[in-house]
Amino acid sequence: MNYIEMHGHMVSRTTDDYNEMAMAGCVAISEPAFWAGWDRKSADAFEGYFRQLTEFEPTRAAQVGIRHMTWLCLNPKESEDRQLTAEVLRRIPKFLDGPNVLGIGEIGMNRVTVNEIAGFNDHVKLALEYRQMILIHTPHLEDKYKGTRVTIENLLKHPGLEPKKVLIDHAEEHTIGLILENGFYTGLTLYPNTKVSPARAADIVEKYGPERITISSACDWGPSVPKAVPHFMLEMRRRGHSEALIKKVVFDNPLEFLLQSGKFELPRLGITAAAAARK
Amino acid sequence: MKQVMQEYFIENRTRVVEIAAFLNRLERASDGVSPAEDFRMTALQRALAVLASNDPDKLGQIQLIFSDPTTEPKLVLDTKSAAGAWNPAAVN
Repeated sequence: MNYIEMHGHMVSRTTDDYNEMAMAGCVAISEPAFWAGWDRKSADAFEGYFRQLTEFEPTRAAQVGIRHMTWLCLNPKESEDRQLTAEVLRRIPKFLDGPNVLGIGEIGMNRVTVNEIAGFNDHVKLALEYRQMILIHTPHLEDKYKGTRVTIENLLKHPGLEPKKVLIDHAEEHTIGLILENGFYTGLTLYPNTKVSPARAADIVEKYGPERITISSACDWGPSVPKAVPHFMLEMRRRGHSEALIKKVVFDNPLEFLLQSGKFELPRLGITAAAAARK
Repeated sequence: MKQVMQEYFIENRTRVVEIAAFLNRLERASDGVSPAEDFRMTALQRALAVLASNDPDKLGQIQLIFSDPTTEPKLVLDTKSAAGAWNPAAVN
């Protein structure tokens, strides 16, 4: 079955991973900008990273027939430096017209500090000014519940923000209800140790239904599984769920969300941005 | 029910055994300090009590036990990494 990897940090992964994902049915990857594991000290360093996301990764993915798309931002783990945040935000707009740029992300909270919230709101304003979609990271472990609530509270303060153009990612059992009831798309990210396992993701789909839910591996430089989405698909099949339901959360929902960008397309499958715009 | 038991019992039995081994390991390594004094152990013990209860929403309850229930932002960044459980004694 074809699927869309909604959250893959491919700068951290090898070409072998691209190959394996392509052979497992991955036809597109959406890659949010994130924390490299260490703090970048200058806006130039971010600009280099944005070039990697907009030039190198799409080329590498295309070699195995995968459509690579990306999101740009300064992530919350580096947002304590307000001056650096401002400088990086000033440089983002020149990348936004790039053919593989979907919008602003993954922005959000980490430890839910005053400066993280300020940086988050700066990014939301930028997204609205340039009519961009938004991908949001929610914090890890004990900070997730607080961070998700604070994120939504801040999002709702921005007039003109359309929840259907925002995906709040890394949802778990205690946060998904709040995300969905406010009209946002959401993502379940499948990690070996933290976040959600394939079995719990299947439980969540059974409990909440499939609407506006997407599934991803969120593979990065830490413990993670690039082919986690096929693991979820197998779990759903083991439980006897229909192919249509599985496809809904691993392909149809991501496609429906990404087509709103006006840029996403899969010509090999006959899905073009122009056709989506006509609908 | 029988099918779910058949499919998932052994992997969850393994998880319980792993938790028991972890708790014994902690006790062996305690060098005079009781693991119970650590905020993470306090949260874990509360979570284990929910597991042994008849609560119909065990997962929801346990997620909240490990979570920071506040909404006030931290004035300064304390650490970049989460600990796995909320520490009520931590200074904001």
